[in-house]
Amino acid sequence: MRAEHPRRHLLGVDDLTRDDAYRILDTARALERSLDREVKKLPTLRGRLVLNLFYESSTRTLSSFELAAKRLSADTMTLRASGSSVDKGESLRDTASTLAAYDPDVIVIRHPHIGAPHLVAAATQALVVNAGDGKHQHPTQALLDLFTIREALGRLEDVRVAIVGDVLHSRVARSLVEGLRLVGASPLVVAPPTLVPRGIEGMGCEVSHRIDAIGDADVVYVLRMQQERMDAAYVPSLREYTSLYGITPERVRPGQVVMHPGPMNRGVEIDPRVADSGASLITTQVRAGLVVRMAVLYDLLTAPGLHVAQPVLEVA
Amino acid sequence: MTLVSRNGRRDSLVLRARLVDPVGGVDGPAVVTVEDGVITAVEHGATAPASLVLAPAFVDPHVHLRTPGREDEETIASGTEAAAAGGYCAIVAMPNTDPVVDTASVLHALVERARDEAVVPTGFTAAISKGQRGEELAEMAELAEAGALAFTDDGRPVASAGLLRRALAYSAVADRPLALHCEEPTLSCGGHMHEGAVSARLGLAGWPSIAESVMVERDLALAAFEDRPIHLQHLSARASVEAVRRARAAGVAASAEASPHHLCATDERVRSLDPNVKMNPPLRAEDDRRALVEGLLDGTIDCIATDHAPHARHEKDTTFEEAPFGVTGLETAFGALNTYLVRTGEAPLEVVLERLSAGPARALGLPVPRIAVGEPANLVLLDLEAEWVVTEDGFRSRSVNSWLLGERLTGTVVKTVAAGSVVYAA
Repeated sequence: MRAEHPRRHLLGVDDLTRDDAYRILDTARALERSLDREVKKLPTLRGRLVLNLFYESSTRTLSSFELAAKRLSADTMTLRASGSSVDKGESLRDTASTLAAYDPDVIVIRHPHIGAPHLVAAATQALVVNAGDGKHQHPTQALLDLFTIREALGRLEDVRVAIVGDVLHSRVARSLVEGLRLVGASPLVVAPPTLVPRGIEGMGCEVSHRIDAIGDADVVYVLRMQQERMDAAYVPSLREYTSLYGITPERVRPGQVVMHPGPMNRGVEIDPRVADSGASLITTQVRAGLVVRMAVLYDLLTAPGLHVAQPVLEVA
Repeated sequence: MTLVSRNGRRDSLVLRARLVDPVGGVDGPAVVTVEDGVITAVEHGATAPASLVLAPAFVDPHVHLRTPGREDEETIASGTEAAAAGGYCAIVAMPNTDPVVDTASVLHALVERARDEAVVPTGFTAAISKGQRGEELAEMAELAEAGALAFTDDGRPVASAGLLRRALAYSAVADRPLALHCEEPTLSCGGHMHEGAVSARLGLAGWPSIAESVMVERDLALAAFEDRPIHLQHLSARASVEAVRRARAAGVAASAEASPHHLCATDERVRSLDPNVKMNPPLRAEDDRRALVEGLLDGTIDCIATDHAPHARHEKDTTFEEAPFGVTGLETAFGALNTYLVRTGEAPLEVVLERLSAGPARALGLPVPRIAVGEPANLVLLDLEAEWVVTEDGFRSRSVNSWLLGERLTGTVVKTVAAGSVVYAA
């Protein structure tokens, strides 16, 4: 099978064309309907091996990749950095080579260092999905966010998304800005100057340091604010951050929707009254994570363009 | 005794080529005769092959020989073999070894080893501070007596302005310049690449150009205050070049290096996430690169230094963030400069050749290689048209962490004569 089509990976949003993105979102929509059936498992990837290699702790990304693979009937195996040979100083390349001996079809990797998925892609024959590499990319998060926005607003083109918070340290923000640009939406970054990387405008987003800039947005996308940023003097205190940039009910305009990649610091970057309001899409994002990751696995392993028919997606 | 090598032969040979000696203002076909290691005749006007250039051999003021301590990465023998293949007749080794070259006994041992192993005459520098910890001065007078050409904590900056001031003042006793790695650690902290549009996209922590230039300004100010010469290592940023230009005009005795990689490449290369484009200081923006070339042209940058930094294969075979800083450069310097600067018209050949040879020799007080009757033969024969591909198996260095792996370059070293001895012939 592999020899018949070019090997593809999902290492970053820039691996995707606009058509790829929409195809994956359409597939996710079809798969979401399958989840409403009594028997939620699809036979599509029976006999395939999806290996999750996680060097950072993760709740929602790992659980949704595991469940996505299981829902598609693939075999799954999960390796975490702690308690493995990684603890014993094994290099990433050696770990990848060892795991390659099991002939996995897909390796899903999360790693604290940028480019780790690229290294695994070079060291194995598997298709590689980047589940987060350092502060670089988290492409399935961007896809699930696009899916959530599209389902909620009915479109992506010209949607204005204000991304609020610590963009400097956020792979979610980088992937989302690229993803929004890919589908014709307009990203705006809102953050204190110390948490915006120099040169971010080059990615095609606008930048504002004032919270009232979110007024024009259709979507307010809130990033996690971490306590350790105080230590390096990025902002003086969480209290001041919250007062300047926290998303409170007063700052959300009627008709706006609010998103957050999780995990939330309630009362810091987002007021609980907003998180739990009707404007919040936060739990929708988690469900979107499952179907989008199913769609990504499906898309990689069934090689669209060569296998035009998609019979397994027929929904009763 | 400033440069050391194993006792070489004194060769005799006749070379016919286009002779380019920037110091003498010579550029034209000639036949150069060497007898017993000394130039005995220079006959101008003879016919010569069009693409062959004979020039004074190169001097590298900034090489990491990794000896003692990391002989798996480079030895004096392998590093000087690499230098010979790169066209060098003299190289200067940095002291950030294990142990650090901060006592006369360590330096004596190195000099002895170089007498046995060095293919190309090699000079050594010693640390400014004990252990390069930036706290106490090394015994500079004794180290100078033992042969240290200059003092440097290269690999890290002298973070304390107070210590640098003392070192500058005391360097008058040792009568040697300080060579300074300019990096303000609280501005570069944790940075892996140039801070700019590419780092913003990749999410790699930035090492901003201001972290270098603010330290260049500080060091120039201290050198002026103490009225001592300094040599600024591996400059990478526009603001640094401009600071040196201003200080020179004001009479500060400062020489300055740029590396082939900073002169030829930019941070765009880091998009590949290849650990072999990770070095300190990092590759910078195109505007910085242009400023370095301007500095090269007007002499603000008077030395091209490779900052040859070998690393074990397994240490570079990892993610960009985990990989150590540094790339090799001795064997690719001329090919890179000829390909990226000379053939593109950015810099004339004679300027590049001057900054590779006479410039660094003057900066470190070494004899300037000249092509004239009675001079010792320090010659490099270059083929400006020959193409080659940089491959791992083509290196004499023990390490292969070149930023040019897989690239096709134009311009090769055909022959190197160092201190009267043919040390390399293609």
